[in-house]
Amino acid sequence: MAAAEGSGAAGPLFAGLADVSISEDIPVEGEITVPVGSRSPDEDYSTLDEPVRDTIMRDLKAVGKKFVHVMYPKKSSALLRDWDLWGPLVLCVSLALMLQGGSADSKDDGGPQFAEVFVIIWFGAVVITLNSKLLGGTISFFQSLCVLGYCVLPLTVAMLVCRLVLLAGSGTISFIIRLIVVVAMFGWSTLASTAFLADSQPPNRKALVVYPIFLFYFVISWMILTFTPQ
Amino acid sequence: MATVDDLKFQEFDDAANLLAANPDATTISIDEPAEIPKNQHGRLQEPGREEDDELLGTDDSDKTELLAGQKKSAPFWTFEYYQTFFDVDTYQVLDRIKGSVFPVPGKNFVRLYIRSNPDLYGPFWICATLVFTIAVSGNLSNFFIHLGKPTYHYVPEFRKVSIAATTIYAYAWLVPLALWGFLVWRNSKVMNIVSYSFLEIVCVYGYSLFIYIPTAILWIIPQNMVRWVLMMFSLCLSGSVLVMTFWPAVRDDNRRIALATVGTIVLLHALLAVGCLAYFFDAPELDFPASINPDHNGTTVIIESW
Repeated sequence: MAAAEGSGAAGPLFAGLADVSISEDIPVEGEITVPVGSRSPDEDYSTLDEPVRDTIMRDLKAVGKKFVHVMYPKKSSALLRDWDLWGPLVLCVSLALMLQGGSADSKDDGGPQFAEVFVIIWFGAVVITLNSKLLGGTISFFQSLCVLGYCVLPLTVAMLVCRLVLLAGSGTISFIIRLIVVVAMFGWSTLASTAFLADSQPPNRKALVVYPIFLFYFVISWMILTFTPQ
Repeated sequence: MATVDDLKFQEFDDAANLLAANPDATTISIDEPAEIPKNQHGRLQEPGREEDDELLGTDDSDKTELLAGQKKSAPFWTFEYYQTFFDVDTYQVLDRIKGSVFPVPGKNFVRLYIRSNPDLYGPFWICATLVFTIAVSGNLSNFFIHLGKPTYHYVPEFRKVSIAATTIYAYAWLVPLALWGFLVWRNSKVMNIVSYSFLEIVCVYGYSLFIYIPTAILWIIPQNMVRWVLMMFSLCLSGSVLVMTFWPAVRDDNRRIALATVGTIVLLHALLAVGCLAYFFDAPELDFPASINPDHNGTTVIIESW
C-alpha cells in the first residue's frame, strides 16, 4: 500500500526520466572484474602446522645469530629489533652453575651462591635499564635487558676458560692467565654492550649511562676472577 | 584632599633599607617550598650578614631557581615524575663530585651545585660504587696481608657485599630522612633561614660519600698509620661539606641544639668510616691469632648447625 502510494507520488517526479536515452555514439566500454581473493603471497603462514623441530630451530637460530653479533659487535639493529631473553637466561644459568662449588669453609666466606649470582645479573640489568630510561634513553626496557644479557657471553666464556685452567693447577701462572683472560673478556663485554646501547642515549649523558654498565661487568668479572675451587 | 604628590606613583624602597630605617618594624616572611621566598628571607635580615648570602649562593642563582620552580609537575605515579630526578648531564654530575671533594670554605654545596635540581643518579651510583669498592678492597687487602702464611686459604668473602650494601644504603637514605624530619620539626618551632627538601639532603649525603671511594682503594695499603691518616683526611673533607651545608639551617636555633645536630652529623659520618675500616679490613699486625680463630669459630658453627 505504501509502496503503491510512494510510486504513485514518485511517478510525476521521475516521469521525465523515461524519455532519457543514451545516444548510441557514446561508447560504453570497460571491464568489470571483481578480484576474487587469490591471496598469493602467503605472509602470515600459520605456525601451528609446522613440525616442532622447525619452530625450535628457528628460535635457536635467532639466538645463535645474536651470539655471533655479540662476539663480533657491529652496529647492527638485529640485536635490538628482535629481542628475546632466551640467550640471557641460558648464559646467566650456566654462569651461576659454573660459579658453584666455590670455596666454602663456612657459609659466610665462600663465593657467591647460585641465587646471588642470578639476582645480581638480573637485578643489575634491570637497574641499569631503568637508569638509562630515566636519563632519557629511547631504548625499550626489554631490548636493553636483551643486550645486557647477551653481552654476558664473553664473561661466560672467560669462566669456562678459568675453570679449565684451574683444573690444571692453581699457582701464580694460572692466576696470571686467568687475570688476562678475564680482563680481556670484561673489556669485550663492556665494549659490545656500549656499542649497542650508547646510541640510544642523549649525547651529553653517554658517560652517565656507560658507567653503570662498566660497574656491572666489573662485578661479574670480579666474581669470576676470585673463584677458587674447594 | 589628596595632593598631586600623593597621587604620583611612589617607588618603595628595598625591604632592607626600610628595615634599616625602622629596625623594630614587624616583618612577615612566607615560608613556601618554592625557592623565591628564600631569597627574600635573606634580604629581610639585617644587611650586615653578607656571609649568609654567600653561603646561600643567592647572588647568581635567582634565575635558575625561578626557571627550575616550574618542573616536577607530573603526578607521582607516572614515569615522568621520576625522570625529573635524573635531569642531569655528565658535566653537572662531575661538577657536583668535584664540589664534594674540594669544599670551598664559605660556599654551601646545596646552593652552589644543586640549585634546586637534586638528582638521584649521583647518590645511588656513588653508593653502589662504594659498596663494591669497599668489598673488593677489603678482600684484596686481606689477601695481601695473609699472603705468605701456610694456613691461609683465600676466600672471596662474598657475604660481606650484602652487609656493605645494607649499611651504606641505610646510611645514605635513613640518616637524611631522620635529619630532614628533625629539621622540619625544628622549623615549625623556630623560623630558620634555610630549609632543605628531603631530596637535597639525600643528594648532599650521597655526594659527600664520594671521597670514601679512593680512600677505600688506598686502604689496601697494610699500614695502620696510613689507614688512619687517610680516614682522618677524608672525614675532614666530607665532614666539612656536610657541616657547611647544615650549619646555616640550624644556626638560628638554640645554640645547644644547633651544636648537637652538627655534632651528630659528624659523629655518624665518622662511625660509618671507622666501622667500614674495622669490619672489612683486617688489621695488619694481628697475624697468627686472627688466622686461628676463624677456623675455630667455623667448626663450632658447623657443629651447632647439625
